[in-house]
Amino acid sequence: MTTGEVVLRARGLVKRFGAVVAVDGLELELVAGRCLGLLGPNGAGKTTTIEMLEGLKAPDAGEIHVLGLDWRTSAAQIRALIGVQLQATEFQDKLTVFETLRLFRAFYADSRGADEVIAWVGLEEKRGARVGTLSGGQKQRLALATALLNRPRILFLDEPSTGLDPQARRRVWETIEAFKASGGSVLLTTHYMEEAERLADDLAILDHGKVIARGSPRAVIDTLGAESVVEFTPVGGARPEHEAELLTLSGVSAVRHEGERVVLSVTRTQDAIAGLFALCARRKLELEDLRTHRPTLEDVFVSLTGKHLRDE
Amino acid sequence: MSRGRELYELTRVRVLLFLREPEALFWVFVFPLVLAGVLGFAFRSKGIEPARVGLLEGPGADELARALASDEHVELVRFVARAEAEKKLARAALDVLLEPQADGVPQLAYDAHRPEGENARVRVLRALDLAQGRAAAPVTLAPVEETGSRYIDFLFPGLLGMNLMGTGMWGIGFAIADVRRRKFLKRLLVTPMRRSSFFLSFILARAVFLVLELAVLGSFGAWILGVPLRGSVAAFALVSLLGAGAFAGIGILTAARARTIEAVSGLMNVVMMPMWLGSGVFFSYERFPVALQPLLKLLPLTALNDALRGVCLDGSALVELTAPLAILLTWGVLSFALALRIFRWE
Ligand SMILES: Nc1ncnc2c1ncn2[C@@H]1O[C@H](COP(=O)(O)OP(=O)(O)OP(=O)(O)O)[C@@H](O)[C@H]1O
Ligand SMILES: [Mg+2]
Repeated sequence: MTTGEVVLRARGLVKRFGAVVAVDGLELELVAGRCLGLLGPNGAGKTTTIEMLEGLKAPDAGEIHVLGLDWRTSAAQIRALIGVQLQATEFQDKLTVFETLRLFRAFYADSRGADEVIAWVGLEEKRGARVGTLSGGQKQRLALATALLNRPRILFLDEPSTGLDPQARRRVWETIEAFKASGGSVLLTTHYMEEAERLADDLAILDHGKVIARGSPRAVIDTLGAESVVEFTPVGGARPEHEAELLTLSGVSAVRHEGERVVLSVTRTQDAIAGLFALCARRKLELEDLRTHRPTLEDVFVSLTGKHLRDE
Repeated sequence: MSRGRELYELTRVRVLLFLREPEALFWVFVFPLVLAGVLGFAFRSKGIEPARVGLLEGPGADELARALASDEHVELVRFVARAEAEKKLARAALDVLLEPQADGVPQLAYDAHRPEGENARVRVLRALDLAQGRAAAPVTLAPVEETGSRYIDFLFPGLLGMNLMGTGMWGIGFAIADVRRRKFLKRLLVTPMRRSSFFLSFILARAVFLVLELAVLGSFGAWILGVPLRGSVAAFALVSLLGAGAFAGIGILTAARARTIEAVSGLMNVVMMPMWLGSGVFFSYERFPVALQPLLKLLPLTALNDALRGVCLDGSALVELTAPLAILLTWGVLSFALALRIFRWE
């Protein structure tokens, strides 16, 4: 496989459920050896998109090519070449880890050994344990292990680390990174920005079934045009007349409200803070919980959609 | 991947999962035995108890013994010691005690308050009458011969049929609804697994359980309950196989679209209820109105029960069972075909 080759291409994808347009004219490209992250809030259309790419749902419109093959004519061939972790699959509780992998191995002509993938995801101790006795993180790792059995060229992961504790999440990340390092390509959905920032080479931010921003994580964050983000809560509540005044401060490029909090996108942090304090002194404003941080994908997302990636 | 290996592994998993489900094992193997045991005991007919006749030694005792031997329902015990014989009579270990006398008129001692004593008395007197050439009043006797006469003989093939229905429907229907609900089915579908292998694995696993079921229930029925198998073992096996196949098809059909276990179990009850009542498991469907009977005979469980009873009780050969077997085959083929068409993969 040559680098730069497009292993997965979707054009003009549309999927409707009755009146709901879950995916609305989506365009995607996954380049060999890279990880493309689909980032978006609940109901953005991530699962619908990835399931169309996996051949589980037929698109209402649009075209999909996986490794140059079309689902409508070469489904069995494509299935042999991809590995899939669905959002929330439950395996059979009364089978053991090893028995589960043994079953899945039977579907592939060329398969890794069960013990090889068990070691890869670090489930050696649970080899003979029934699936029903595994923790959530161990189940996710089993799901990842089954997805890796057939030496897939492309790995599809729908929220691989949702619901896991930080340590389990890191384990999953390491396995995915190892897969990438071995030359595999990954399509990943997530609503964790840390996950997207760590794993994804390219990002597509989805909302209402459309891509609203794309590029490398750095490039996407830079679209905010901010050096940092400054947020605070004015004592006595935010008043609309302050917004115009805040915007005139040198170094402030955007102002938005989130409940009681005021959030400033700032191009020159020092100037903006100095201006903010001067304004407070003039207006006899008191600020609570003042913070500044480097802009994140979350900030980009909120500034684009007014929504958070995750419902807190 | 080779079809064989895929099919083998899928079937193996189905069998393993079933064997790891203690409740399922109970309902398939233990419950029908308990039911057969309880009902068979409650409705048993006692048959004819022999009259236990004691005979003391004395003049003419041998002639008396010969006379009594003419009645097959007399169980004769001869005594030398009077005390021992009287003790047995007092404890109802004997029903009557016959003692020869010097004058040639034997004495018959018995407890007139026990029906067994009364019965034994009548039998002894009749045997002695006959021996002395006194004919009984002229009556033409016409005993009624019932085939498979005990209730358990009727019941057991019905229970077996009901069990084949239940195992096929619950076993397959629940398993399909469960893999669908878990999205395990969806996970299988993104592998190159052939969809036909998925179906076939349920059928093959069903065939494996069928062998176990027939072995366990059949040997219990034959050896413990003494239910006859008057037809051939091959006919019995083929009828069971067709029955199990028909219900496997109906089981897959009921689970073809249901998304939840509850939906499947509701549907199964609706499908099975008429058969529990109308297919002659516990009592003959001939007790239903005549107008209803042609309909009842079309139900798969009725056909299966008729065929099983035919083989077990009447010793019917397969050719005599064409009608019920054709009904079973039709149910099986149609339900499979329909299930394949409407199956909800997602
Ligand atoms: N089978 C379906 N029937 C009807 N509507 C559906 C169906 N599947 C998805 N939807 C709708 O399509 C939209 C997109 O759903 P989707 O599952 O793709 O979102 P998502 O981005 O994966 O969300 P989440 O982060 O919660 O997993 C939602 O509005 C959802 O309600
Ligand atoms: Mg989703």
